Amino acid sequence: MAKITLDNLAHSYLPNPRSEDDFALKELNHDWDDGAAYALLGSSGCGKSTLLNIISGLLHPSQGRILFDGKDVTRAPTAERNIAQVFQFPVVYDTMTVHDNLAFPLRNRGRDEAYVAERVQEIARMIGMEDMLKKKARGLTADAKQKISLGRGMVRKDVNALLFDEPLTVIDPHMKWELRTQLKKLHHDFGHTMIYVTHDQTEALTFADKVVVMYDGRVVQIGTPEELFERPEHTFVGYFIGSPGMNVIPARIDGNKAYVNGSYVQLARGYGALDGKVEIGVRPEFARLSQTEGLPVKVRRVEDVGRHKIIRAEFFGTDINIIAGEDDRISADMNRVTFDAAHVNVYANDWRVQGEAA
Amino acid sequence: MEKTVNQKAWFLVLPVLLLVAFSAVIPLMTVVNYSVQDTFGNNQFFWAGLEWFEEMLRSERMWDALGRQLMFSGIILAIEIPLGIFVALNMPKSGFWSSFCLVLMSLPLLIPWNVVGTIWQIFGRVDIGLLGYTLDALGINYNYTQDILAAWVTIIVMDVWHWTSLVALLAFAGLKSIPDAYYQAAKIDQASRWKVFRFIELPKMMGVLMIAILLRFMDSFMIYTEPFVVTGGGPGNATTLLSIDLVKMALGQFDLGPAAAFSIMYFLVILLISWVFYTVMTNLDKREG
Repeated sequence: MAKITLDNLAHSYLPNPRSEDDFALKELNHDWDDGAAYALLGSSGCGKSTLLNIISGLLHPSQGRILFDGKDVTRAPTAERNIAQVFQFPVVYDTMTVHDNLAFPLRNRGRDEAYVAERVQEIARMIGMEDMLKKKARGLTADAKQKISLGRGMVRKDVNALLFDEPLTVIDPHMKWELRTQLKKLHHDFGHTMIYVTHDQTEALTFADKVVVMYDGRVVQIGTPEELFERPEHTFVGYFIGSPGMNVIPARIDGNKAYVNGSYVQLARGYGALDGKVEIGVRPEFARLSQTEGLPVKVRRVEDVGRHKIIRAEFFGTDINIIAGEDDRISADMNRVTFDAAHVNVYANDWRVQGEAA
Repeated sequence: MEKTVNQKAWFLVLPVLLLVAFSAVIPLMTVVNYSVQDTFGNNQFFWAGLEWFEEMLRSERMWDALGRQLMFSGIILAIEIPLGIFVALNMPKSGFWSSFCLVLMSLPLLIPWNVVGTIWQIFGRVDIGLLGYTLDALGINYNYTQDILAAWVTIIVMDVWHWTSLVALLAFAGLKSIPDAYYQAAKIDQASRWKVFRFIELPKMMGVLMIAILLRFMDSFMIYTEPFVVTGGGPGNATTLLSIDLVKMALGQFDLGPAAAFSIMYFLVILLISWVFYTVMTNLDKREG
């Protein structure tokens, strides 16, 4: 187990990167605390897997250093880093039995057979494959194979960190929940540093103590699930987390008022002059449809998703979403919207601006 | 979905059946015809029954040729398959040099058989051939027209030169189909290079290797032109493989009956070995699955 430090780390797949756009992973400084469970969240192609492969040593970064407990391992091969990693698609050794598959990482490190047998039994119980140990891995279904891959990742006790690269993509939903619970339990019992890459926000928010949101090769916010929900530091975080995501509305800020097309939205804080693209962001949960108060809005559609209703509407030319309770009545004359001032965030060039108490 | 039985569907197979009949069955039948008859010329034939088959089975000449043939096929398989895998493993995986290697390696495959024979026949000559002359100059006694070992080495090296690239190309195709994640997982699991080969690459190549072995076996078992051009079956009968012997018997001595019986048995041997090989391999596959 180790604390993993990324120091000025960046990576480009091109041999001679010229501009920042050439970097798949932009400059990054971060400490992964020893024993914490992280989720690395972002859409496809945002550099999540690149970062993971750099940590495990499958990829060498173009610049910067990576340290395990203060020791520089930037150029160290995977074997020396003592890391376990599980990939998106199942990797099993076809010609071996399930037992031998699980034993493989231990045997390669020369552990004695008694210990290997004990560990394999333990892991087999965890992934629910005790009665399949004698079978060849070749004929198994995709999710059985992925369980073996997960098992191989967990079989070593002494790893510095456990990395998961979207490991539950091929697993069916019921099993997904169960395996995720097992992973949490494993983390709880052994306290490994875990980094879990996913593009599924539910998976990220339930698994991790801290969620690292990546966008376009950059880490845009690191925080607890609550922080990501309440104060998205970047419009992408607001949009990516939440269902539906945060409403982002172009606005002009003057003190503690945000002007949208001549009308204003009250803000809880005051702001100085802002440059560039200025927007306000407000989550659908903090918007409310009304007959009398607020600004005019054109309702397009109401979707009942069971627990609540989602109202799709147009607000001065911008599409916005409003969430109403399951039992709220929505009538045709409700054509105004109010926002909860405490939860309206202000963004300049996509980054959140900290206001001053008004 | 319900499947309906319709015997008329057999008519759809008829064209293929006719084609195969003309291309294979009817010519084969003429061979069968010769194999059970005797002739003294004048196009007069007499019924001979299984006499030629019995004679051939007793013939030392045929057993010797079969022995040489099995040795030849065995040796070239033992060299070409591992060598082909080795080449495929060490080829550039992608980019310009990968294509370059592929084209370069395919060249021998494009050369007609008798040209290959001629190339090596000249290459190995002690008076004007680069290989023969060099070896001779180095003081190595190399003369494929007189020395049995030299003759064998020449035809084996020639076959390896001609066909290893086929095995390499097939093996390379097999290797290319392995996703990167397998190699990455192996690194994480700290597998040695040998274990990566044994547990990832070899199992993934098994399918194409089977095809390669089968193709190379059948082809080498029927080989005629190249060794004939180089050694003509000599010195003595040292490199007289089955096909060469068959042609000698049928066209040289005009023993149509024995030659026909010989070729039928030859055909059955190839069929039998290929079938056994195929069955064993597919059963192995099933048992593991």
